Parts: sequence; C-alpha cells; structure tokens
Amino acid sequence: MLQGWIQIALTILIVVAITPFLGEYMARVYLGKPTVLDSVLNPLERSLLTLMGVRSRSEMTGWQYARALLFSNLAMSVLLALILFGQGWLPFNPTGLSSPSWDTNLHTIISFITNTNQQHYSGETTYGYFAQFAGLGFMFFVSAGTGLAVGIAFIRGLTGKPLGNFYVDLTQSITRILLPISIVGAIIFMVAGMPETLAGPVVVPTLEDPNISQAIALGPVAHFEIVKELGENGGGFYAINSAHPFENPNGLTNLIEIISMMAIPASLIYTYGAIAENRKQAWLVYGMVMVIFVGFVVITEIGEANGNAAVNALLGSPSPNLEGKEVRFGWAQSALYTVVTTGTMTGAVNSLIDSYMPTGGFVTLSNLFLQIIWGGQGTGTAYLFAYLILAVFATGLMVGRTPEFLGRKIEKREVVLASFLLLLVHPLFVLIPSAITLGFPDQLAGISNPGFHGLGQVVYEYASATANNGSGWEGLADSQPAPTGLWWNLSASVSLLGGRYIPIICLLLLADGMSRKQPVPMTVGTLRTDTVLFTGITAGVVLIMGALTFFPVLALSPIAEAFQLAKGG
Amino acid sequence: MASSHSNGSSRRFKVPRGPRGDRKHTRKVSMAGIYQRAIKDAFVKLDPRTVVKNPVMFIVWMGTIVTAAVTINPNLFGLVPGDESNERWFNGLITLILFLTVLFANFAEAVAEGRGKAQADSLRSTRSDTTARKVLADGTVQEVSSTALRRGDLVKVVAGEMIPADGEVTEGMASVDESAITGESAPVLKQPGTDIASSVTGGTRIISDQLMLRITADPGQGFIDRMIALVEGAERTKTPNEIALTVLLAVLTQVFLIVVATMPPLASYVQSPTTVAILISLLVALIPTTIGGLLSAIGIAGMDRVAQFNVIATSGRAVEACGDVSTLVLDKTGTITLGNRLADEFIPVNGHSMPEVATAALAASVFDTTPEGRSIVQLAEKLGATLSFDQTKAEGIEFSARTRMSGTDLPDGEEVRKGAVDAIRGFVRSRGGNTPPELDAAYERVSKLGGTPLGLCRGNDLYGVIYLKDIVKPGLRERFDQLRRMGVRTIMLTGDNRITASVIAQEAGVDDFIAEATPENKIEVIRSEQAKGRLVAMTGDGTNDAPALAQANVGVAMNSGTQAAKEAANMVDLDSDPTKLIDLVTIGKQLLITRGALTTFSIANDIAKYFAIIPTIFAAAGIGALNVMGLKSPQSAVLSALIYNALIIPALIPLALKGVQFRPLTADQLLQRNILIYGVGGVVAPFVAIKLIDLLLPLA
Amino acid sequence: MSLTVEATKAIRSTLVLWVLVALIYPLLMIVIGQVVFPYQANGSLLKNAQGQVVGSALIGQPFGSDRYFNSRPSTTSYSTADPKKDEAGILKTGVSGASNLAPSNPALLERIQGVTDPDPSKSIEGDLPRLKAAGIQPTADLVYTSGSSLDPHITPAAASAQIARVAKTRRLQPNQLADLIAQNTDGRFLGIFGEPGVNVLKLNLALDALKPAS
Repeated sequence: MLQGWIQIALTILIVVAITPFLGEYMARVYLGKPTVLDSVLNPLERSLLTLMGVRSRSEMTGWQYARALLFSNLAMSVLLALILFGQGWLPFNPTGLSSPSWDTNLHTIISFITNTNQQHYSGETTYGYFAQFAGLGFMFFVSAGTGLAVGIAFIRGLTGKPLGNFYVDLTQSITRILLPISIVGAIIFMVAGMPETLAGPVVVPTLEDPNISQAIALGPVAHFEIVKELGENGGGFYAINSAHPFENPNGLTNLIEIISMMAIPASLIYTYGAIAENRKQAWLVYGMVMVIFVGFVVITEIGEANGNAAVNALLGSPSPNLEGKEVRFGWAQSALYTVVTTGTMTGAVNSLIDSYMPTGGFVTLSNLFLQIIWGGQGTGTAYLFAYLILAVFATGLMVGRTPEFLGRKIEKREVVLASFLLLLVHPLFVLIPSAITLGFPDQLAGISNPGFHGLGQVVYEYASATANNGSGWEGLADSQPAPTGLWWNLSASVSLLGGRYIPIICLLLLADGMSRKQPVPMTVGTLRTDTVLFTGITAGVVLIMGALTFFPVLALSPIAEAFQLAKGG
Repeated sequence: MASSHSNGSSRRFKVPRGPRGDRKHTRKVSMAGIYQRAIKDAFVKLDPRTVVKNPVMFIVWMGTIVTAAVTINPNLFGLVPGDESNERWFNGLITLILFLTVLFANFAEAVAEGRGKAQADSLRSTRSDTTARKVLADGTVQEVSSTALRRGDLVKVVAGEMIPADGEVTEGMASVDESAITGESAPVLKQPGTDIASSVTGGTRIISDQLMLRITADPGQGFIDRMIALVEGAERTKTPNEIALTVLLAVLTQVFLIVVATMPPLASYVQSPTTVAILISLLVALIPTTIGGLLSAIGIAGMDRVAQFNVIATSGRAVEACGDVSTLVLDKTGTITLGNRLADEFIPVNGHSMPEVATAALAASVFDTTPEGRSIVQLAEKLGATLSFDQTKAEGIEFSARTRMSGTDLPDGEEVRKGAVDAIRGFVRSRGGNTPPELDAAYERVSKLGGTPLGLCRGNDLYGVIYLKDIVKPGLRERFDQLRRMGVRTIMLTGDNRITASVIAQEAGVDDFIAEATPENKIEVIRSEQAKGRLVAMTGDGTNDAPALAQANVGVAMNSGTQAAKEAANMVDLDSDPTKLIDLVTIGKQLLITRGALTTFSIANDIAKYFAIIPTIFAAAGIGALNVMGLKSPQSAVLSALIYNALIIPALIPLALKGVQFRPLTADQLLQRNILIYGVGGVVAPFVAIKLIDLLLPLA
Repeated sequence: MSLTVEATKAIRSTLVLWVLVALIYPLLMIVIGQVVFPYQANGSLLKNAQGQVVGSALIGQPFGSDRYFNSRPSTTSYSTADPKKDEAGILKTGVSGASNLAPSNPALLERIQGVTDPDPSKSIEGDLPRLKAAGIQPTADLVYTSGSSLDPHITPAAASAQIARVAKTRRLQPNQLADLIAQNTDGRFLGIFGEPGVNVLKLNLALDALKPAS
C-alpha cells in the first residue's frame, strides 16, 4: 500500500520539477527569444514556412487566427480522409486491411483532428501501418499543435499582446516542442521494448498447446506512442491502448507516459506566468489544479486499492480491483494513469475505466466535466484562465468595481464568450445527446453494464467526445458492426466538433477582445487575482459551476452505483 | 491666474453644513404609500410583455402556467403514479409558490421604483401650468400659458410668481426660492451677466423684485421635466455591468433548462421517473431567481440613493461609473478649502509702516465686494485704518483675468492696486518703480504657510504683501485617506503658485496637485489620466468647465452652475456641494457590491437546493443517503426548497434597496469579507432555512 | 485574405507538415529501431534452441494445465486461435481486448464464482472454482481478467500459490521453482515504479528446460 503511494508522490514530484524548465522554454519559444535548438531549427522553420507560403509572420486578429485554424484543420482532415478511405491501395498494410465503413472513417477523422482520439475501432484489425503512422500519427502532431497554438494565442491576448500568427505557432509547436521531445522519447521507448517495425504480425504455436497459435501484432509503435501521450492524443496503436504490453511494456514506459501527458499542460500554466510576468499567479493556479488533481487521485486510488467488496468476500482477503488492469502496473500506477489521462484529455488508458470502482467513475467523469485538471493541449490552460475570468466577474463586483482581469475590464462580450464556452457547451453536447440516446436505450445506446453504470457509459461517451478526451467506458457498443455503431459514430462526431471548435473560436475572440482593451492601472481598489484568497474562490467557482451542471448525472450514475455496491447488490 | 478662479468661485460654493451625517436628505416620502402602490404594481407587472424582459422570471412565469395545468389535470403529460387528489393538491401548492415568486420579484422592482415615482409626483406638482408674461419684439407684453413658451422667448416675472420655464436672466435682480428643486429654503440672488447667478429654473418662485428672462428650454424639456423622467426611471436603461450580469444569469438559466429538460430520459433509464411539476420545481429552484428578481431593484435603488443625496444622475451608467472612478479631479477652492480666503496679515516692505500699509490696503479694497476684499477691509479697519478720500469721487477697478489685479483709482489720480504678486511687480515697474528684495521674502513666507500672497502698491511704490489665509475644510484629510484605501487618487487643481499649492495639498492630504492651473488645464489632466486607463470624476460649474465635464467619466455639475455645465455633466448636484463627489464614489461602489453579493449568494444557494431536491426525488435510485438535511419526504423537500426560494426575495429587498454596507477597505479585504458573508453564507444559509421550513411544514 | 489564398496556405502547410512528421519522423525512427535496437523493434521475440520463435517476452500466453504456471484469465485467450478454425481472423492480425465489466455488473461475479445451470449453455465454470479445484489459493490477479488480455505477468503471490501444484506434476523441488520464479520476475523500474510481475511465458520456458529432479 505505502509503496503505491510513494510511486504516486514521486511521479507527481517529477512533473512539478519539470514544470519551470519546460514552462520557461515554451515561453521563450513563443516569445521568439533564443533557445538551445536555434541553430538547427531557425533555418528549418524558415524553409518550412516558405514552402507553406507563409511569407510574412504578420500578426492575426482573433477571426483571422480562427479562420486559418479552421482552414488548415479542414485541409488536414481531407488528407486523412484520403489515407483512411484509400488504405486498401496504400502501402505498408501487411495484414491487407480494407477501409472500414464510411461512418467509422468519418468519426475517426473528426476524432483525430479534434485531438480527441475517441476510437470506435480496434487498431490491429482496422487500420494498417500506413494509415496509422502517416494518417493518424500526422494528426497527433497537428491537432496537438493546433491546441498549443490556441493556448498560446489566448495567453498572448490575455496579457495584452497581439495574438500571433497561427501558422508560425503551429509550426513552432511541432518543430520546437513536440518533435524534439518525441524523437528522444521514441528512442527511450525502443530501448524499453516497444516495437518499431513495418513487418506484419508473428504467428507462433503456443507453448502449452502447439495446436493453438498465437498472433503477435507488431508495428511502428514506439514513435507513435510518445507523441500519442505528449500531444494528449491518446489514440492507441492497438485496440487496448497503453494496457497493451507493446504500448506500455514496463514501469519505465508507464512513468514516461504519465509524465508526457502532464508535462505540457502543467508547464503551460507556468508559461502563462512567464509571459504575463506573474509567476506567482501561475504557481497559485498551478497549486489550485494540483490540489483538485491530488484529491481526485486519492479518491480513485482508495477505491481501486480497496477493491470490490463482493469479490473480496469470495477471495477471502482484501484485494485491489484488478479487473481490466495489468499486473505490472497494479492499482497504484493504473489509477494514477487513469486520473492523468482523463484530466489531461489524453484518453489513452493502461487499464479499463469501465471496470473501475464508482469512485473512479466519479473522478473520470468529473475530470471530463471540469476540463481543467491540467486539461487539453493548450486549450486546458486557456479554459483555466477563462474560469479565472468568470470567477473575476462572478465575485469581482463585490469589491465595488467593474471586474478586471490583468487590468482589463470584464464586460458583456467577455462574459458572453466565457460563460458560453465554459458553461453551455457541455450541457449542449453532452446532456442533450445523452438524453436522446437514453430515451431509446435499446435502439441507440448499446449499453453493456446495466443500471446506473450503464447511464454513465452513455454520458461518458459524449462527455469524452465533447471534452476532446477520447477515453471511454469501453463496454459500450459504439463501434461498427454493432447495430448501434452508426448512431454512435454520427452523434459523437457532432459532440466532437462542437466541443472543439466552438470553444476555440470563443477563446480566440475572447483573447482578441482582451488584447485590445486599454489596461487599467492596478490600485489597492483593484481586485488582485494573484492571491491565495482569489485562487480559492476560483476553485470554488470551478467546482460549483461544474457541480451545478452535472450533479444530477453524477448522482444517478457513479454515486448511485456506489450506494448500490455498498448495499451489496 | 491665481485669483481669477478663486474670486469667481468664492461666490458660487456654499460652505458645507457640518459633517456629512448631519446633511439633510431632502424630500422624504412616505413609505406606506409606496408599499401600497408597489403591491398594485406587482400585479400589473405580471403582464407577460413586462416579465419577458427578465429572462429568469419569465421562465418562472412559464413554469407557473405549466404547473397550473398539471394542477387541473395531473396526468396531462402522462399517467402519474399515486393518488390523483394528493398530486393535484401538491401541484397546486407548487403553482402558488411559483406565482408568489414572480410576484415578489415584481414587488421588489415596484418598491424600488416607488420612491422615485413619489418624488416625481411632488416635482410634477411644481410644474403646473402658469401664465407667463411674454415680451414681444415690439416691447408689448402678452399673457400666454407657460406651455406655449419656446426657446428664445423673452418673459417678465415679478415677485410672487412662478418662473414659467428654464431661462437666463437678461435684466433685473431678484431673489428666487429654489427649494422646489434643492430643498434649500434660503433664497438665491439672481442677476444678469454672471455665469452662475443668471440661470433660473422653471418651477422655482421669485420672491422679490422682478426679472426679465430669455427662455432656454422648450416645453417638456426643462430641467424639472428631465428630473422627473430621471427619478421616475422612465429612461432607465440597463448599465454595462447589469447587462453583463444579465448575460451570465441567462446562460445559467439555459444551462439549468438543459439540465432539467434532459433529466426525464436519464431518470427513466434508472427506473426513477419523476413528474413534470417536480422538474419545474427543480428548474425554478436552480435558476438564479434571487438575483434575477432583485437585479433591477438594485439598480433603481442605486440611482435613488444618489437622488437622496440630492444629486440627479442622468443615467445609471454614471452611477456605476462612480464605483470605477480611480481619479478625482478637485478644484482647490470651494472643494478642498473653504471658498473664502481671509486676510490674515499685512507684511510691509520698502520701509512702509503697518498703518500705511493698512490704509493702502483699505483704499485698494474699498470697491471689492468679494469675501477676500471684505476681509481685507475688516483687517485694515481693525488695524485702525480709515478712508482718506471721498469714495464717490474714486473709481473702482474690477479684477480681470488679464490684469490679475484690482484696485481703486483715487480722486487725486493715484492708482492703488492689489493682486497677484507678479502682476503688481509688473505694474510697479511699468510705473517706473522697482521692487525690493524683501518682497520675495514676504512672498515666500506666505506661500510656505500655504497662503495666497497679494501684492499691494500705490503707483510705483510697493507697499507690502497681504497674506490671504486658505482654510482646508475640516475632515477632508480622513476622507482622502479613505479614498486612497479604496484605490482612488485625488488631484487638486489650483491657480495658486507651486509652493502654496504644495502646502495646501499636503495639508489636505491629496495625492497630487496641479499648480497655476487654468480651467483649460482641467481637460488636459482628465485626458492624461484617461490615457493611463483611469476613470476620472470631476465637478464644475462654469461654462468653461463644460468640455471637461463632458470629457470626465463622471462629471458633476453644480446646480448653481450654468446651463452649459449642467448639460455637459452626467450628474447635477442640487446642493452645489463639490465634496459630494466623494459620497458618489461610495454609492457607486455600494451599487456594484450589492449586485455582486446577491449574485454570489444566489448561485451559492443552489448547492443546498440540489441537496434538498435531487436525493429525495431520486430516492428510488438509492441515493437517499445524500439527503443530508434529513428532509421528511420528496414533497416536503421540494416545497421547502421552493418556499425558501420564494421568501428569500422579499427577505432581501431591504438589502437590495439599502445596499450592502460599504466599508472603505482595500479590494482584498472587501472580497474576503463579502465572500465570507455572501459566498460561504450563501452556501450555509439555505441548508438551515430549508431544514427549518421542512420541520414547520405540516406534511408527512 | 481571399478564400483561395487562405485555402492554398492551408493545403500547403498540411502537405509540408505531413512530410515532416508523418513520413520523415516515422521512417527515421524505424531505421533507428531496426539498426540500433533490432530485438526490441521486432517485438522482443523469444526463440528456442532450434531458433524457432516461441513467443514474445512481453506478451503472455494461455496456460491452464497443471504442468505449467497458469496465466491470468484473458478475454481473447491471449490472441490465440486454432489455425484450422480461425473464422474470426484472429491470427491474421492479432487482437487485444478486455471484459469492460463494471464492478456492479452481475456478470462479473458470475464469471468469478461460476453459475451452475441445468442448461449447459447458461452454465459458467467460474475462475474461483477452477482455481480451488486445482488446489491454488486464489489471488486477485488470477480471477480478474487483465486489461490487455495479453498480460505477460502474474503476481509473485500468484506464482508462489502454484508452486506446489507444478512441483507435484513435474516432480520438482519447490525451492527450485521458487528460484525460477525469482529469476523470471520483472522488478519495478528503479525499484520504485510499477509492480513486480512474474513473466509466465519465460518462467514456463525455463521450466521446460529443467530436468526433472528425481
């Protein structure tokens, strides 16, 4: 037990230790200051941008930034569509897979361009190597880069700077952050045992019964795996994602995967502090997220460590809940991974969330609802500061002034954008489709776990799509050829798009408006947002706003399931 | 420019009457009448066309209609299990409570409007049509109704008559009773020419002599008409903060609409179905009805509080802006110091004796009717000086901004002058005299004492320096300290020289000062502060203040000021007391705080309401353990939450009207205090209240 | 900016970035993998003395008999199939998967404790009765299905619980087996991160290589 908690604490400490370095580095990158790799990357970026036709690095307005983002994302989606639909004719497809159904492809394209990587397919049996590394792997970089660009444009706007140029930000996010770390990470992953080959599966007779054969699926996994985690993508090469021994062979890879998921969103808070020149506020906000995160980790870990009482009664000994978990990770590293992956909007799993105790169900759902317990690549940090803006507005009037954030007045436009993106998107794209699906449970839902948990499966699927997370309570029959596959592919696509692009446009417009406001000088009459008090209030606003929207759902699913289990039935 | 401004303004400003608390609040209106009218208005406001302007209350109103429908037929939306009459009775109670919720919100608004309406009524009574004597172009006088007067008409009014419309005095001198607008019973002297004393207001009464007026406002657009419209709230538009807050409340309402509307399939899936009446109850309990019901009342009450201070604000926006002000631009004279500087000492130079200086000072001031002039005469007479010439044969030289001096041309042709030391120095030189070095020493001595030095000469002979003592109003230092703690900077503008200005500035405790300022400097100061992102408030009265009043975010014109100033400003102070700006800042902040506090309270309340309703209505899902309040039954829980929800509105009306008590604390201290009371209190209070109501309800 | 200019920029940047991160990066990594780390890059395959591939060091295999240390229950039977009857095409691609049973799902308890029903199609053997019948003290990892269905490990406790059974069948000394278990246990990373697990395939391969004691 204690050993498990020590692992968890050390993992978190490593992330905290990385934060200022990576955060400062990213700030330097995005502020255009000299960084270590300049001698290689400056000429590379120059030629890339020339090839792209981005001649001037001119600043964009919020709309221009959003337009460039939407156009480029559309072009990337078309390229992915060509690859997925054409996989029957494309090379590096040793198992000779043909293209899956159109709706599976559509859902996959939308899911990957939105940095969600919700997978309504099994990697081994659906997409060949080329589709994976040249199609889905491409999305790993560009969707993460898009998110980072949004995050940094938002930070710039908030601090009164021009928003920047989308193509420059996208390119630099890839060349200076994602790609260099991925190259190093991929090599470490290969050392640790991940395959990296174009050869097809190996079929061997089993040791126990030579009449039975085992198929060992291979593939170019290592390079795919690192950016899957680092970019908070989460789309597994194999069906079972990072629980698969080739995607996560041991304690080392598991540690690196957890750190990779958290590193960028956590450090980006520090990047904000560096750019706003208010590191104190960055650490305070960081602390706030950390406190909620640790709380969630503790709740989840306790649930898994104590295990399923009914099963423990059969075993005759207190045992952790190991259903859907791998021995090499145990309860501690599994639950930690799960809280991190749902909080950071990665969506990779090293254990199956559907089989978690209700405590885990509660935390994973809450992570998706709040979206800021580190949050998505770039967007999570932006949400976090949008929450600060909302908290400033909701409580800032109480100091007797028009609320201000970083010296900029929070007025109607800001309230419209912030409250829409933080409060309304989720109910629209989670609750409404959930209600429709649950209105016709037999025809649409495909629930595998009956009762309260089943309700959670449906809500989770839409929450995961809307929050651009990608994990699932995977018992749900959401894939073709299940009869409910078509409905899930289409309805989840709507949530994916709504949960990605509406908030992004809101964030960019919000940042744009803030950057144009005349700053108001700070006085003692100004509400200071870099205090413990205000950070605490923000936490309250985050939790209350989240709780108000989702309390009924939480009450009817994980909470009701917990009471059901406690009753012993 | 030293004395130009002070000389002028000394007449304009009244000395404030003691500490602020003693100041009368005029036109107290009977609250009993207001409540009666408010109850009636609360029903009138049930008109859906009125309710729809408040999205939160509109939802409650719609909900009431639906619950009324399921009271009549409980099975309207599908068969409801259980006893039908019991269900009908329960739905009926819900309908009643929801209806009361809307009514209470309407009542809150009506009460807030009530005081303004009563005030408007009393103003309206002064506006009754009178007969005016219109002077035609050929000089003949024609009797017309006051409503027939147009801008530019000439009218004649005599003692005892009502002034028919706003106008400017062109001829005559008379005392006018302006108590109808200012509540001040002492009559005011009106005469042509001077900026200030020449404007009269329709509805005031002339009590002596007669005046010839040029009408400056068309019927219905006069000052009183505008005042009526303002206090009545007819022109009330939502302020920027109110709009932003309404947006937040609307979004929250939409969120809860979705939450509640999507609940039936979820609840059915887990075999814990619920009824339409309960869902509507949950919706009403969750949407921010408390702040939604009180929001407009808070705004109206804020304007009303300003009105109680005898200040008329042209818009709620201006009141709100008061809270955001971070710089006050204040005139020294009349605002920071008592308007009247008094001669305190004569300082002889050039070997003149004290009696010589006193005699010269008396001679120079004999035609000066300003308080300064009077005080010089008094001091001189006290020192035994007498007039050495025939006053009727002498000629008084008026002060002018160009010469910056005044004095007397004696019958013997000698010129006696007093004025700005520089000006006197120049005058002496121009007459071939020279200035002794002692002059500078005297000048500096007076300046360092914070006084105003006036040079005194007779022809080319410099006699000495008159020390005019400036008196800082008592209690100002503390008030500026308060302002500073609230983050408001004060800038003093004065025509005085730097040394004098700095001494006064220090004595009064202002943050900054501009010495040797001209009226034109005001607008520069305001612009430069605004360029730094600060909101600026200022007072003014003269026509040359008008551009600055328009430029300032909060411009308060003195009622005694010119029409131009009053039109440029967004507030008019009927008492013409420039220090009131400080109170206005407090009122503005109080308005914002009240709004923020009740919003926080309203949202924080939702936690308890959730815990009251969700566990009980979904008891079938086995989450009864979440019923931490131990409410008796689902019906009792729902009714208790709704009753609390309805009653909290009238319970908070007094707070909404009076405003949250304001303390001059820093933002952090205020936040800490208010979040504790309204945030934490808002979480806790409903748990207690709902439990109590549940205990009292005679339900199983 | 006109639509065409915007679209051209979008398309060109898509293609440029695609070449960089979707072609150059993966192919470079594959070359590095194949040249520098050929063992890992090709799946950490284990070969027998004859040089035939017998499995992967990282992927578990099904073991249920008393001659071998048994592995964890698997929903895909460790991606295995009878080559003659592989209608599902499992051997074509390889598969992975999990039960996804919620703790509140009655099917979980049924799978663990088994269901006896006169109708054999409704009857479930149950992992617990199976282990008890084999004389193995059940541990959690032996009744819960793994995440990947390919878990190469069992806990050291689960391995110890099987020593007597295997020793008896193979007629080996229990302490000999305990040594084998220790040799085939993958520890935590740096002794801190992860949980120790006994690699069942490697353990059983080592077992086969042992000569019977007697």
